[in-house]
Amino acid sequence: MRRSSSTPSPSRMSRRLFLTATGAVSLGAALSACGGGSGDGGGSSSSTKPVGQADIDKAMKTPTELTFWTWVPDIEQEVALFEKKYPAIKVKVVNAGQGVQHYTKLRTAIKAGKGAPDVAQMEYQAIPTFTITDSLLDLRPYGASGLKDTFVDWTWGQVSGPEGEIWAIPQDTGPMGMLYRADIFDKHGIEPPKTWDDFAAAARRLHKADLDVYITNLAANEAAAWHGLLWQAGAKPYATSGKGNVSIDVDDAISKKLAAYWGGLAQEGVIGVEPDFTDAWFSALNRGKYATWITAAWGPVFLSGAAKSTAGKWRAAPLPQWDAAKPSSGNWGGSTSAVIKATRNPIAAAVFAQFLNSDPESAQLLNTKQSFFPATKRLLADPDFAADAPAFYGGQKVNQVFARIGETVSRDFQWPPFLDQAVTDWTETVGTSLAKKKDSVAALDAWQTRLTTYAKAQGFSVQAP
Amino acid sequence: MTATTAASTEAPRRAGPKRHRLGGLRHGAAGPLFVAPFMVLFLLMFLTPLGYAAYLSLFQERLIGGNTFVGLDNYVTALKDPLLREGVLRVAAFFVIQVPLMLLLALGFALALDSGLLRLARVIRLGIFVPYAVPSVVATLMWGYLYGPDFGPFAQLSRKLGLPVPHFLSDGWLLGSLANVVTWEFVGYNMIILYATLRTIPQELYEAAAMDGAGAWRIAWSIKLPALRPALLLTLLFSVIGSFQLFNEPKLLQPIAPDVIDTSYTANLYAYSLAFTGQQVNYSAAVSFLLGMVIVIFSYAVLFTANRRRTS
Repeated sequence: MRRSSSTPSPSRMSRRLFLTATGAVSLGAALSACGGGSGDGGGSSSSTKPVGQADIDKAMKTPTELTFWTWVPDIEQEVALFEKKYPAIKVKVVNAGQGVQHYTKLRTAIKAGKGAPDVAQMEYQAIPTFTITDSLLDLRPYGASGLKDTFVDWTWGQVSGPEGEIWAIPQDTGPMGMLYRADIFDKHGIEPPKTWDDFAAAARRLHKADLDVYITNLAANEAAAWHGLLWQAGAKPYATSGKGNVSIDVDDAISKKLAAYWGGLAQEGVIGVEPDFTDAWFSALNRGKYATWITAAWGPVFLSGAAKSTAGKWRAAPLPQWDAAKPSSGNWGGSTSAVIKATRNPIAAAVFAQFLNSDPESAQLLNTKQSFFPATKRLLADPDFAADAPAFYGGQKVNQVFARIGETVSRDFQWPPFLDQAVTDWTETVGTSLAKKKDSVAALDAWQTRLTTYAKAQGFSVQAP
Repeated sequence: MTATTAASTEAPRRAGPKRHRLGGLRHGAAGPLFVAPFMVLFLLMFLTPLGYAAYLSLFQERLIGGNTFVGLDNYVTALKDPLLREGVLRVAAFFVIQVPLMLLLALGFALALDSGLLRLARVIRLGIFVPYAVPSVVATLMWGYLYGPDFGPFAQLSRKLGLPVPHFLSDGWLLGSLANVVTWEFVGYNMIILYATLRTIPQELYEAAAMDGAGAWRIAWSIKLPALRPALLLTLLFSVIGSFQLFNEPKLLQPIAPDVIDTSYTANLYAYSLAFTGQQVNYSAAVSFLLGMVIVIFSYAVLFTANRRRTS
């Protein structure tokens, strides 16, 4: 803050000059997009023209200061690699909070027309909530298309728009798997389940054998996990076509199967449904109340810090399957770097977002320093990465397990442009039904109704499923 | 809070040199100058946002279709909104149960401390007041831990004693659990206000009462309580506002009781979720205004009944 506002640095001056030279086109596009309002989102074709290499080279040599909002701890190390390669560009890293807090500030700044960063951390599921307001820069003109094969296929699906836009660059991922207590399963002579049918049977047997033990906890406030499980089961709860058309289908046959399954287990009382990431939940994991944790690829490192007293007892496995012949998984978590459309330095910002996540050295640092589960194919195939065998998991090659799971994540899962509402409504309908052991299938219909009402009130035309 | 203190320390400094120059003016002319710093901040920090919120509440901005002027539509919707009604009724119930309890406790402590019969009165006074010094965020997190159904100390104790585990965070209990947190936080604050008032009663009144043969209870009833009436009214007004704006405590307990505390659990929480979850800023502004009106009406009703009783 202090650096940019008090020192009359040459960079500000030249940035303005640069803007008049090359930024005019994108500025014009942004203005026309703002003025459109009632239009159907046409006229974006002008900004898809690639920016020439000469312009890029020039921009990357022009002294510039970028602002980068992120909650990732110590990301300065990766940023330093970028600054080393492009000494003219300085990146100011700002922590504007995590998750909702971050997005709220970002929305406010974008709306206010100033104070927004050039580049922002953005989770996959948040991207449509910013593209609906036309707040992200399409990165295609800046060479992002060339990165398609660098990243895992499904992550590219997540950052791509319906017209082929590239809204962000993947940074880390969370393909879902199951961590389980080998000792608890052994003690009761139960095989770790490979299918959801086995899982339900094991849930009943475990709890019968020891009333203090539950096979897992499906947190009644963790909509993200539910969406990941929907993803695994092949559901397509949301689809957006054109700007104002959305289809909401959160109570289709697949969702009902899922609700009947988990709601049934909750009603039987053979799974836990307490909120996760609370003191009580941490202590439950440490005390062996739960025999598995349905989690994502970031889970193994997290758990080894959160449940130290259980070191060596855990193992990793893919999620139980609905169809053992066709293994599949969903994603929970991970995030991207997105460039805010209002940036005055689109080239530098776009190059930064790409470098940060695709440069091999930077990508590797994200894995080794931040313990992020990789989004690049190259790192996932790296023998050193796959060979990691933490003692917490009894020397199992956990990275390898999750890298293989990542290959089974389907590509076409979409998020709604009003994710926060979907999450809240889930917690108040399906989540509450799990916690209170009520009819979860009926709760799905309530969820569908609420979301449909909301979407219509927001001006969307909602397709009936 | 900081704005007003800044204004009051700045006022003499800024007005100082000016007064010399204005020395020849009439006495009254200096008044507005003294008030000006406050008025400027009041205008900037209070009236402007209020006006802006009022303006916002007359529009409807949608994700698709942009911003349109809708007049009082948001208010009409809000008046018919069952979620808002439930939220308001819930905090009203909270007010009716929690506030009398808290004020009675505060009154009892204040009278006991003032009676001079307690040993270690200072320590006790401080002890009762300290919870107020604990930020409500910390207090709520602490109570949230104590309420825990698995590993909370109350749960563990009752398990050891073979008693049923109390479910502080369940549907039936939660409002009471919240009332407990709020009481714990604010009893000391209210006690200090009442106690300070008691200290201002002239000693002569007590002496005269003693001469007339009044005992401690009689003195409390006939001298102390009437003297406390304005202070009690003040604490009551604070409590009206505090109760209807209940936010911190339910918001912080939400992560551990998500199935009970929904986004419309209290009216204030509802306004917050509308703005930041649903992106319905305009409707949220209308809801906030209606809530403000409810508070004004309630406060006025409290003042009105108190005044009528005093005159009758």
